[in-house]
Amino acid sequence: MTLPISFVFFVLLGLSVYFYYHAKSSIVRKAAFLGKRSKALPSHYGQQSFLWAFIPSFLILLVLTIGGPNYIDQIFYNKIQELNPTFNESFVSLILAKVINVSNGKISTDEETIIILAKDYKIAFEQLHFYRGLVVILCAALLGMIISYRQKPGSNAREQVEKFIVNIFFASAVIAIFTTVAIILSLFFEALRFFNLYNFFDFIFGLHWAPNVAIRTDQVAAEGSFGMIPVLLGTLLISFIAMCVAIPIGLFSAIYLAEFATPKIRDFVKPTLEILAGIPTVVYGYFAALTAAPFFRDIGFSLGLDVSSESAIAAGAVMGIMIIPFISSLSDDVIRAVPQSLRDGSMGLGATKAETIYIVILPAAIPGLVGAVLLAVSRAIGETMIVVMAAGLSANLTVNPLDSVTTVTVQIVSLLTGDTEFDDIKTLSAFGLGLALFFFTLLLNIFALSISRRLAERYD
Amino acid sequence: MTKTSIKSRRARETRLKAYGIASISFALIMLATLLISIGLNGYSALQQAYFKVEVSIDVEKFIDESGALNNKKMNLFNWDSLVQSALIEMFPAVKDRDEKKELFAIISANSGYDLKETVKSNPLRNGSQNLAVWLHLSDDADQYLKGRLSIEIPEEDRRISDKQIAWVDSLVERDIAKLKFNKTFFTSADSREPESAGILGSVIGSALTLFVTIIFALPLAVMAAIYLEYFAKPGRITDFIEVNVNNLAAVPSIVFGLLGLSVFLSTFGLPRSAPLVGGLVLGLMTLPTIIIASRASIRSIPPSIREAALGLGASKMQAALHHVLPLAAPGILTGTIIGMAQALGETAPLLMIGMVAFIIDIPTTFTSSATAMPVQIYMWSDSAERAFYERSSLAILFLVAFLISMNLLAVVLRKKFEKKW
Repeated sequence: MTLPISFVFFVLLGLSVYFYYHAKSSIVRKAAFLGKRSKALPSHYGQQSFLWAFIPSFLILLVLTIGGPNYIDQIFYNKIQELNPTFNESFVSLILAKVINVSNGKISTDEETIIILAKDYKIAFEQLHFYRGLVVILCAALLGMIISYRQKPGSNAREQVEKFIVNIFFASAVIAIFTTVAIILSLFFEALRFFNLYNFFDFIFGLHWAPNVAIRTDQVAAEGSFGMIPVLLGTLLISFIAMCVAIPIGLFSAIYLAEFATPKIRDFVKPTLEILAGIPTVVYGYFAALTAAPFFRDIGFSLGLDVSSESAIAAGAVMGIMIIPFISSLSDDVIRAVPQSLRDGSMGLGATKAETIYIVILPAAIPGLVGAVLLAVSRAIGETMIVVMAAGLSANLTVNPLDSVTTVTVQIVSLLTGDTEFDDIKTLSAFGLGLALFFFTLLLNIFALSISRRLAERYD
Repeated sequence: MTKTSIKSRRARETRLKAYGIASISFALIMLATLLISIGLNGYSALQQAYFKVEVSIDVEKFIDESGALNNKKMNLFNWDSLVQSALIEMFPAVKDRDEKKELFAIISANSGYDLKETVKSNPLRNGSQNLAVWLHLSDDADQYLKGRLSIEIPEEDRRISDKQIAWVDSLVERDIAKLKFNKTFFTSADSREPESAGILGSVIGSALTLFVTIIFALPLAVMAAIYLEYFAKPGRITDFIEVNVNNLAAVPSIVFGLLGLSVFLSTFGLPRSAPLVGGLVLGLMTLPTIIIASRASIRSIPPSIREAALGLGASKMQAALHHVLPLAAPGILTGTIIGMAQALGETAPLLMIGMVAFIIDIPTTFTSSATAMPVQIYMWSDSAERAFYERSSLAILFLVAFLISMNLLAVVLRKKFEKKW
């Protein structure tokens, strides 16, 4: 007998709803029997029973669903290793994968031992599903019964329920912290494994990036070298080009929208720029690779310049266009946040609008504008699809915008989308790059946010 | 101040204005260029070149004892040769083996399979019968008919030879080949052959992924927002949560992909390429966006509402859930739609968790292998065939149209429910 997860879930939900109504009616009876009024509304007692029946059992269901298969895999891994003590780790994993696939019916095999193991595996899974369902349903029923039995008209169910809910709310808010911690830990540990295989300082200061590792040991191939300087330089070059496009255009747009535009123009231009911001990056990548890159190459050709077909300038320019609305809307908010009194004061002293903007408003808004630009830089550095589609793969140590360069994100994608094993040095080096990317953008973000916050405080 | 200086001061203002107008125009022109260039590339994929074959099918061959169609017998039959011999009948002059091979290259490599599927879906009468079926021409013939292959360049550099052009032209002249509406594009999943490739698989993949995303992110975000606005005591933990939320909103999306790869796939052992994992990763990514929007929406509800509820004896929780939350719901909804639009267009994290595989089946469950629309666009624009480019463009047009309508919906909702308190 198997109990699929959806069935278990709906039984759990049904049971919990049952306990809601059960507790609701039983508290009324209890109160009538004791001749007292219950301290909270009957529905609060119902809610309490529902939560007690549902939440712990649901957590057990989650844990068993995620942890159970891993546990079974571990058992079978050990079993295979016991049967064949001479096999090394990766070969055992390979056999395990085969067993799993045979038990799913994805592939078929003639090997006797594997068929037997696959049968055992399937049985183990069915048992897991059965016991998972049993434990969850029993747990819900038991907890629901206990809590409904213990509820007394004198206890304040509302307070207890609300305390419970506040804790759940707190837990959801803490997920933000967990996510950050999980990002840091996962990147850090994978990167640590990489630095065990490759010298940390060679990675940080190395001038040569060529992640081609020999596939077989007897193969004559260059040993992979993972110096991230050329990759970092490429990232900075493309981001710099993007900023050269986005900062002036974004800032001037924002100044015009905030200070000169009539409400009508504003109402048209702002949503239109938001469309530009809402276009997926893969679309910009497509545009960069198929329209912008040939365009720049043709221009270069007519000027007698040799422009690469994956030139940094094409990727950078399109990225700049993508970032324009980002800068313009952030700066627009910042400029509009400058108090009207400053404008009135300046105009009252006889300054023109342009002088007011240059001498009064922009200096007042500078921290916020710097914050906006830094956030935009962080976005440019972390942007992936445009560069994956339009920038190159080979890491050239150059600052020539007409050449092809590669970026951190391009390397991460190209290292991880191939069919490589997870502890391969290539895969691990991607996590090294990921860690560098995360810290770089994190510093920029924290700096940018603290600067903008300072502005907000100044004029509050 | 002299007169000239006033003049130059005015000129400075005019210049500043002109810079602003020029910048905005540039941005708008780029938006127009982007959309128009993709539109021009993509509109032709709405049509596909078909040719008509007449084949005679002996139904007896495929029927088992009970009188129903037998799949095994259907699969064993050589459908390709049936189509090929019908094609040769159209060009009796073709005798040579190499020439025949060249001739077969003008029709889709999946013709036999398509014919089989048509026969399967048609109710068949007993006995042998003649069927007229429209099948795909090959992608090169299709591109030629649409005028997208330039035939001026020398024959060796072309994907289609002079002979093949003559054959295709003769088919068109005889009115048994023409451009028809490309239904395949909307009803099938990916394929190696551009003429059989469609977006339905990736659309379903995206829908499954977004479903997981919204189920995961929306409740968590709303609960977190209510906590931060009404229950959090000012202090270190609350500050730390806020800093984290704001930072997560600016973390590059690819980092979330790395997180998904090492936590969901390696540690939890969830299946690769599954909408479940994609949805969770995108959910973590959009969580801060929805939290920030929900907090702004909750904060815009005047405190008097909450205070009135508290004054009448409601608990803090009742005031928040019964009085503030319903009023804040439209704003939260708007934020959610914008977050979902962002998630729908996101590609990079999905590449990390393996949703970039070549998948011919339309996904049915949350754990089956799937791709998403933006990933499909990425894969098609990476292919060598010219015909994939136009499909990629058409897919982009659909994706962008959908995203824009999502954003417009958000704007309309905001306008409709916007209250001046």
